[in-house]
Amino acid sequence: MSDTTINEHEPEVLDRVILRFAGDSGDGMQLVGDQFTTISALFGNDLATFPDFPAEIRAPAGTLAGVSAFQVQISDHDILTPGDAPNVLVAMNPAALKANVATLPPGATVIVNVDAFEERNLTKAGYDVNPLTDGSLSAYTVYEIPMTSITTEVSKDAGVKPRDAERSKNFFALGLICWLYTRPVDGTAEWIKSKYEGKFLVMEANLRALKAGYHFGETAELFASSFEVHPATLEPGEYVNITGNTATAWGLIAAAKQSGLPLFLGTYPITPASDILHELSKHKEFGVRTFQAEDEIAGIGAALGAAFGGALGVTTTSGPGADLKAEMMGLGVSLELPLLIINIQRGGPSTGLPTKTEQADLLHAMYGRHGESPLPIVAAKTPSHCFEATIEAVRLAVKYRTPVILLSDGYLANGTEPWRLPDVADLPVIDPDFASGPNHTDEDGNEVFWPYVRDETTLARPWAPPGLAGLEHRIGGLEKADGSGNVSYDGDNHERMTRLRAAKIAGIANDIPPTDVDDEDGHADVLVVGWGSTYGAIAAGVRRVRARGHKVAHAHLVHLNPFPADLGDVLGRYRRVLVPEVNMGQLSRLLRAEYLVDVVSFTQLKGIPFRAASMESAILELIRAEDGGDGRSGAVTSSVGGTPVDGTVPADGKVYP
Amino acid sequence: MTDLAQADGTHTNGASVPVPVTTRKDWSSDQEVRWCPGCGDYTILAAMQMLLPDLGVRRENTVFLSGIGCAARLPYYMNTYGMHSIHGRAPAIATGLAATRPDLDVWVITGDGDSLSIGGNHLIHALRRNVNITILLFNNQIYGLTKGQYSPTSEMAKVTKSTPFGSLEQPFNPLSLALGAEASFVARSHDMDRKHMTEMFRRAHAHKGSSFVEIYQNCNVFNDGAFEQITGKEHRSEMLIPLVHGEPIRFGAEGEHGVVRGPDGAVEVVSVADVGESALLVHDEHRENPGLAFQLSRLSRGPYEPTPIGVFRDVDRPEYGLEMTRQVDAVIERKGEGDIAALLRSGSSWTVE
Repeated sequence: MSDTTINEHEPEVLDRVILRFAGDSGDGMQLVGDQFTTISALFGNDLATFPDFPAEIRAPAGTLAGVSAFQVQISDHDILTPGDAPNVLVAMNPAALKANVATLPPGATVIVNVDAFEERNLTKAGYDVNPLTDGSLSAYTVYEIPMTSITTEVSKDAGVKPRDAERSKNFFALGLICWLYTRPVDGTAEWIKSKYEGKFLVMEANLRALKAGYHFGETAELFASSFEVHPATLEPGEYVNITGNTATAWGLIAAAKQSGLPLFLGTYPITPASDILHELSKHKEFGVRTFQAEDEIAGIGAALGAAFGGALGVTTTSGPGADLKAEMMGLGVSLELPLLIINIQRGGPSTGLPTKTEQADLLHAMYGRHGESPLPIVAAKTPSHCFEATIEAVRLAVKYRTPVILLSDGYLANGTEPWRLPDVADLPVIDPDFASGPNHTDEDGNEVFWPYVRDETTLARPWAPPGLAGLEHRIGGLEKADGSGNVSYDGDNHERMTRLRAAKIAGIANDIPPTDVDDEDGHADVLVVGWGSTYGAIAAGVRRVRARGHKVAHAHLVHLNPFPADLGDVLGRYRRVLVPEVNMGQLSRLLRAEYLVDVVSFTQLKGIPFRAASMESAILELIRAEDGGDGRSGAVTSSVGGTPVDGTVPADGKVYP
Repeated sequence: MTDLAQADGTHTNGASVPVPVTTRKDWSSDQEVRWCPGCGDYTILAAMQMLLPDLGVRRENTVFLSGIGCAARLPYYMNTYGMHSIHGRAPAIATGLAATRPDLDVWVITGDGDSLSIGGNHLIHALRRNVNITILLFNNQIYGLTKGQYSPTSEMAKVTKSTPFGSLEQPFNPLSLALGAEASFVARSHDMDRKHMTEMFRRAHAHKGSSFVEIYQNCNVFNDGAFEQITGKEHRSEMLIPLVHGEPIRFGAEGEHGVVRGPDGAVEVVSVADVGESALLVHDEHRENPGLAFQLSRLSRGPYEPTPIGVFRDVDRPEYGLEMTRQVDAVIERKGEGDIAALLRSGSSWTVE
């Protein structure tokens, strides 16, 4: 469509824009959001995305429950989040408008498919009066475009039935947005051709709709001007746009390669973790074996069995599955075998909010097993960081012969960002260091193999998969005698083994990097400590606070058990510590318990990530209170919005009963 | 027999080294066996340890996996690789092991509570997938390790510690369950006949895919004599019906009883004199349709009526781990070995100068 790229007016240049595509679950909003993201990534923008969709595959059409949205921020500079409030909302029906209008700042642009604003849909969305006519949208610039009718019209002579043609209206919207933001649609046209190869009518309808949307923008003269967001100046290198789940899957493949271990994934489908299974199952050329088990328990059980056999055993899940895997994690702690458990957290308790994000499984990861059963916890902080975090989790599992929990969440899993590809030659090498022979001399002077003789430095036991003669041994969930691994009910031995297992995990603190603190000149009074997917919002909030001339430090924890060895010292250097979390204050509790530091917890549980603006105001409140207050006073907490009994403050400042 | 293979940590499987000659002692670990004196598990263990030197297999390539329960202690007594895991989960763990290590002999040792109650789901799915594992179910119709509660194979009205007024539950028929779960090898034996057990274990081991052997096992502490009416020496000829492939199904001291298909299609016990030898059902282990095996599995309502033992079903089906390996190999054949650098660029990538 090179004939359509010239606009009469010079496009207006913007430094960034936040777009939100919203429609019914079946309207293909995720698809066009993805396409717009790909176009923008290839164009060279920095970007961050936030797919936000319901758990139901097809909730009743036209209802609020069925609204599926995709938010993307594109910019000409490095950005950290998909943005707080959309500058542009594309609403394919009244429900999509109603569900999203509250997030729009005054002056935002609203593009609606006016064909869908008829009585039935308005009623379904709960509108008594048409919002397009009652003046309720006066704060916004509203464009009413008959997307359905134009889309149907352009495919008429191609032999596409109107009902089928109508389904291409998402591509009309995409074409229009591409015109509005001066991006080419050729790539998407090619994508449509390959995606719908062999389905000529569908392909044709989508192509025509895409083109029609683009042309409409150009010719309808509705829009005063188009806009342009220039490419960002990113660090030189090769980039891809990647989701957290894909990065996790690729991290697993890379870790398997770097360790020489065959990768075995035992898992059970669960939102939002299933895409890791889907991605891995495509890559058997790496020797990947994926096993869709009968349940969550069998998923991790098979992974543990594979680990016993000398494979890299991995299981993926989300909260409800993590509950079921607890007993097998405990067995893994007892067997001291490498095992990776990846929990893509979602809103809980119980089934909770399957498609919405939350980071409320930290304490579950820490303590969610009976008995004293510590294991390392690693958390990814951005979609692309999932790659590195996965490899690190595998490194710890293999080196320390232990189950490791890797925490990601729904936001990271489905969100995307450009990722500068690492040099494969720089990836860490992981040595499985299998046992190769006897390691003990018995009373009779015979050379024998004892499965629980420990490495003096790491306290790790030998990993001896079946196949080597002379190393035959039995392990199990019963307490084992130190060294020989034989069943032992001796109290002193149990205490020794319990403390050894704990010391092994605690000792990992010496094998991980010190706390990475972003503190410009070391003079900040307030430190923000986060973990997981809050990274983007915290870092963006910190930038805004600094732009106002304040000092603030940010540390983002990747290792949550054990913590970096210097974390206590780091916390002690700051007058106040703010801990934002999408939970009720779980890291706060751990920090308080571990370091006796009176951290301020800042929490939100809305199924969505923090906004940079709320992060900014929380930090500012604490800085102001600190400047004008008397240091460590409780007044700080209450000034943020009341002090619930446990000291946590909801992000919106409201105190819920 | 410690023929210590190359000490480089690889799985040599001693391909070039002949399988060493072993005895029962070589397969016995140094751990003291801790079952109750008189327990049927002892004869099963003995049968296993005496069979293994005969199978031409290596200790280092043999793994015993178990869940929880009295039977589940068996791996500790075998001088092989072994794992005593979690209640009911052994088939799941074994699936991961067998799918990644097709070179191993994987035995799953389980009991009626372990595999039919808490682990029922894993059992049926392992059978359905036809994972290359050999499952030995020690059925004593009682919970032993927790001291005498009724199990999913306990008969109705059974009075136990947890059912002082009698159990209200219909028991499982383990063989019917296994057949319903698409098992490709199903057999039954009992702990009073080591020779028969040994033969069933040998057959189960030889079968490619999931093999399932139910062993009637006496718990002399909590359910003594549960099978006495059929396995007692003086009752066997009248109460046990040996299934022999290709032979008419008949039993009794003089072979005077037999099994036929009745007018309604169901199998039933008859007097051979009444129906004539040619009317007897000829046993066919390899019958594709499991219907007849299913009927045979239900010929007796419990261990107080004439009960078939032997191999009920032995058919070839694709083996899960092997198929998984084939898929991997086929993809590598087609696409070549995976390359990480290429994988990272498999989406649309762009370069910033």
